[in-house]
Amino acid sequence: MTNPRRQLCWRSVFVTFAVCTGTMASGEEDRTVEEKETNNKKRTKGAIATAWLTFYNIAMTAGWLVLAVVMVRYYLQKGTHKGLYKNIARTLKFSQTFALLEVGHCAIGIVRTSVIVTGVQVCSRIFMVWFITNSIRQIQNEESVILFVVVWTITEITRYSFYTFNLLNHLPYFIKWARYNMFIVMYPLGVIGELLTIHAALPYVRRSGMYSLRLPNKYNVSFDYYYFLIIVMLSYIPLFPQLYFHMLRQRRRVLHGEIVVEKDE
Amino acid sequence: MDTLALEATQPKKAQNGAPVPGTSTPAKRKPAKKIKKAVVFFEVEILDAKTKDKLCFLDKYCDSFLVFHVFVSDPQWYPARQSIRLDPKGKSLKDEDVLQYLPVGTTATFYFRDLGAQISWVTVFLTEYAGPLLIYLMFYFRVPFIYASKYDFTTSKHWVVHLACMCHSFHYVKRLLETLFVHRFSHGTMPLRNIFKNCTYYWGFAAWMAYYINHPLYTPPIYGEQQIRLALIVFLFCQIGNFSIHIALRNLRPPGSKTRKIPYPTKNPFTWIFLLVSCPNYTYELGSWLGFTLMTQCLPVAAFTLVGFIQMTVWAKGKHRSYLKEFRDYPTLRSPILPFIL
Repeated sequence: MTNPRRQLCWRSVFVTFAVCTGTMASGEEDRTVEEKETNNKKRTKGAIATAWLTFYNIAMTAGWLVLAVVMVRYYLQKGTHKGLYKNIARTLKFSQTFALLEVGHCAIGIVRTSVIVTGVQVCSRIFMVWFITNSIRQIQNEESVILFVVVWTITEITRYSFYTFNLLNHLPYFIKWARYNMFIVMYPLGVIGELLTIHAALPYVRRSGMYSLRLPNKYNVSFDYYYFLIIVMLSYIPLFPQLYFHMLRQRRRVLHGEIVVEKDE
Repeated sequence: MDTLALEATQPKKAQNGAPVPGTSTPAKRKPAKKIKKAVVFFEVEILDAKTKDKLCFLDKYCDSFLVFHVFVSDPQWYPARQSIRLDPKGKSLKDEDVLQYLPVGTTATFYFRDLGAQISWVTVFLTEYAGPLLIYLMFYFRVPFIYASKYDFTTSKHWVVHLACMCHSFHYVKRLLETLFVHRFSHGTMPLRNIFKNCTYYWGFAAWMAYYINHPLYTPPIYGEQQIRLALIVFLFCQIGNFSIHIALRNLRPPGSKTRKIPYPTKNPFTWIFLLVSCPNYTYELGSWLGFTLMTQCLPVAAFTLVGFIQMTVWAKGKHRSYLKEFRDYPTLRSPILPFIL
């Protein structure tokens, strides 16, 4: 992915041309020609992947910027957050659901992150958007909803512009600084917003019995959304510190060049 | 680990000539008038795999030694948790490996890695199988605090629930007895952490399944007696099959040995599936649980079957791959777990 590969790729282009014009003959050279052809294919694939990722990250930055602008304009016009959710609902759902593609990126290998980590993060966001705020109307005007939406917007704009600039090889220091410092405050605030929202939703869930399956039924299984939400809230306790300290370690490594020895399990 | 004492697992043979004092150059001696094996002396050093610290150094080691274990004064570092290997990131050497036949020349460097606390396979198996047996029975007898108190110690009015309890209990009793009397294990131990992971899996799923099957509001299978009878036949067939395979695999290996051979069909018709499958014990296990799912018509049982199937497929593929690697003449018709499919 660095210089030696680029050098090799130029040679591979030449070699491919030479092969096409029939100047290569011997068997041993054919073998290296094959290698270089594969490298050429890899290079083309790498270029397409980079182009797609750049487009994707720019699109996501734009999406979340639109969301930010709508929220600011609404607040300036109306002076209150009541009724704001209805305005941003569609953009929020669209932007957050689109993020599922990121799991795909990790799965096919064009982004070097663990599929599971990305999957968990994206799923928790999708869960909040579709299964809490979208389905439970009564909590849509809560302050906690605005809190986590604002936090997500700031975080996502920073993150996607960081990726975009990285791909274009022109990363301004302030974006890098923002990406690796703002989470320190944003992350806990976001968690508070999410937890308060789920907590506010609990009485409505209990009363309506939504998404629940009671016995007796022919599948001989039951599911209680109310208790499920309680378990989800409890799961923040082990999961949040792990993610938070992971980001802190990354921050130390990137910003201060510290080599942190990871436990190898 | 500051003090190390090295001790070989085999008794030392007497040296054939005067030892060379002070130097560590290996000396090769040709056999004299009597037919004696050439004695090659080795230099051996053991390094820590992570830190590359020199843990131990030996000179003038005789070739007939097997790979040893580093005995430490602290009994915490028992042999089962020591991994001695030729490469820090490579595979561990076995107890049976002979120093002379390893690709080390006469100056051998070994890397030591601590495998962490170990626990024997037999212990893990017994614990993880005894749990579901007892837990299911607790739900079956409707021990207090599980269901509403008016149902305490009552019995279900559906006969399929009694049948399911018998099948489930029979399955786990069979597993316990096989662990004690049938299986011959390749490895003695596994990491201690595994027992918590495995027991959570088995005990958790057993509780989840048993809760619904023995629930007062349980709904029996839609197709009634036909469905239950078919399910029972499938279940029993696969239980016998699974047992036959375990016996066949046991008979491949003489007692106390760790030899590996290709399993072939025997006179027992249940083993004829070896023609098509590398790991028929997993195939029959899947069949048993499918039978049980059909019998109880319970979604948690289906979920347990699915998760088990995924895990067993991973194991079967690994085993199939290692068979192919180890034996040139391995039958090509065989699939890892499902004939022709997987």
